[in-house]
Amino acid sequence: MPFDQILQYFLAGITEGAIYAVIAIGFNIIYNTTGIINFAQGEFLVLGGMIAVTLSAILPLPLAIVLAVAATMAVGALVDLVFIRWLASPSVLRLVVITIGVSILLREGMLHVWDEKVRALRNFTGSEISSVRLLGAYIAPQALWVLGIAAVIVVALALFFRFTLMGRAMRACAANRTAARLCGINTRWMVTLSFCLSAGIGALAGCALSPLTQTQYDMGAPLAIKGFTVAILGGLGNSMAAVAAGLILGLLEVFSISLLPLAYKDAVSLAVLLIVLFLRPGGLFGRLEAQRLKEF
Amino acid sequence: MRRYQPLAILAAVVIAVQLLVRAAGAVYYLTQATMAAYYCLVTVGLCLLMGYAGQISLGQAGFFAIGGYASAVLTTLNLSAAAGSPAAGFLTRLGVLVERQDLYDHRLLSFAPWAALVAAVLATGLVAVAIGLPVIRLTGHYLAMATLGFGLIVFRVVLGTRFLGEADGISGVPPLPLLGMQVTGGLKHRIEGYYIAWALVLAGMVLAVNLVNSRVGRALRSIHGGEEAANTVGVNTTRYKLATFVLSAVFAGVAGVFLSHYNGGIGPSEAASMKSVRYVAIVAVGGMDNLWGTLIAGALLNFISLRGYLGSYDDAFFAGILILVMLFFPDGLLRPRWLKKGSP
Repeated sequence: MPFDQILQYFLAGITEGAIYAVIAIGFNIIYNTTGIINFAQGEFLVLGGMIAVTLSAILPLPLAIVLAVAATMAVGALVDLVFIRWLASPSVLRLVVITIGVSILLREGMLHVWDEKVRALRNFTGSEISSVRLLGAYIAPQALWVLGIAAVIVVALALFFRFTLMGRAMRACAANRTAARLCGINTRWMVTLSFCLSAGIGALAGCALSPLTQTQYDMGAPLAIKGFTVAILGGLGNSMAAVAAGLILGLLEVFSISLLPLAYKDAVSLAVLLIVLFLRPGGLFGRLEAQRLKEF
Repeated sequence: MRRYQPLAILAAVVIAVQLLVRAAGAVYYLTQATMAAYYCLVTVGLCLLMGYAGQISLGQAGFFAIGGYASAVLTTLNLSAAAGSPAAGFLTRLGVLVERQDLYDHRLLSFAPWAALVAAVLATGLVAVAIGLPVIRLTGHYLAMATLGFGLIVFRVVLGTRFLGEADGISGVPPLPLLGMQVTGGLKHRIEGYYIAWALVLAGMVLAVNLVNSRVGRALRSIHGGEEAANTVGVNTTRYKLATFVLSAVFAGVAGVFLSHYNGGIGPSEAASMKSVRYVAIVAVGGMDNLWGTLIAGALLNFISLRGYLGSYDDAFFAGILILVMLFFPDGLLRPRWLKKGSP
């Protein structure tokens, strides 16, 4: 394979990987504060993209995206308030099944509000055919936007959790809920906030992704399963490792296309998920015991 | 003997339904009642796994599809090119290969439905063992995600593979002859198809009811109650969980084989993860460790869905009841005492 072709694959791989990493971080935020895997995470991306597409017809693009992110955050908060918050010490299995149900309801709701048509947000800059030349390979300006937005999300979250009072409160809630409550932290609102936050970053990623891959009501589940694969690969709850794992999976998928039919692309990442679950359920970088000490 | 009373009632209800729809002149209901029976078989198997062994599987549709597709491929395969070879001749004499005419009057040499049935059930069982060995050691959301991932892989492979028909699936699956009767969609065989389907469910129930009332059933319940405690009293939890996992997969695989003969084909929608979620929803409505509740819920909900009463809200309906049951009745909906007499 010539160098510029490898580079081309590489760029495509890290673009996809960046999105997977953002989804995985969404999983991690909710997992850390609640111990729940939110199966509806993929639907937040689709919902954000859908709302932004509709609003962008009547509003300027940046405003449409901001409103779409805000609306999706509200939906995320509602998911917690309606389905999760008032359950008294629910079992993991119960929560898994509930969030699966929620993801299907969101999907079916989107099918009836919008329809089964494929939609796309317009490119943030340039058009579908514009490209940037990079060392002999070409990259779409939108892919650069995806990479940039993913990087901003990762850095902003890291700063938020480290330096703001609210972020520290969420970390305290993740480390030990009872102790956090004793310190006067309202842990219930921290859970709602974590749903808001991961819905928000999901929606933002969904908007950035929409011009590249389009948005359709049923694409949430495949995205969620890949995000989950990345979250597991990096070690559940570990967001920085999720970035590395996201890039690994993105590259793996893209290079698998040169060996296997395109139709099997999703099956490849699912196979990675199963293999990691079987061999190293603690992730590539962590151990299951270390993981019990949750950290963002 | 009391545990067999409900089985007799089931048999009576099956006969009564047939006579009733005949009297009402609505024999066409039998088609959906037959298909519902096969889906019931899947949920009975899943009930053993979820309710008794306490392990969730979001991949049952995958096993259903493996069974259905394996038999569909084997019975529609055209081996005419090899017809003259001694191996083919030997297998034809054994009855493993049969010659028939397809819809377009082409002569076709392919596997006999009974041979395909055996192969398909074996294939489902083997895949279940291979997947089950690692999967069954997982718990909580790892288990849920792994089984969901398995189901999605089956779906993607089915959808992306040329000889499995890609999005079109496989059609032209011949009838399955059984004891002088036939499992097929033709109107002439509708009534016998209905009885075969429910006889199969009855057989499945006999097996399941006996299993949960045996030493195995008690071991499974002890796993559900607390796996570490079960281990300390000498229950080989891994082996029992794996055996139940494989058994539930075989139930799904058998259902897949019969339904693809009944429908004359199978498509990728049977492998969709929404189907798996639907099976879980039915077991939840049925009361988790309640075989009879699962059977009643499966028969009614599948029939309603297959008749198309839910329109485009089909998936939303099943997601909705799943959420409601899990929010308000985490142990399952149908749990009245009189229903649980048969399985203490």
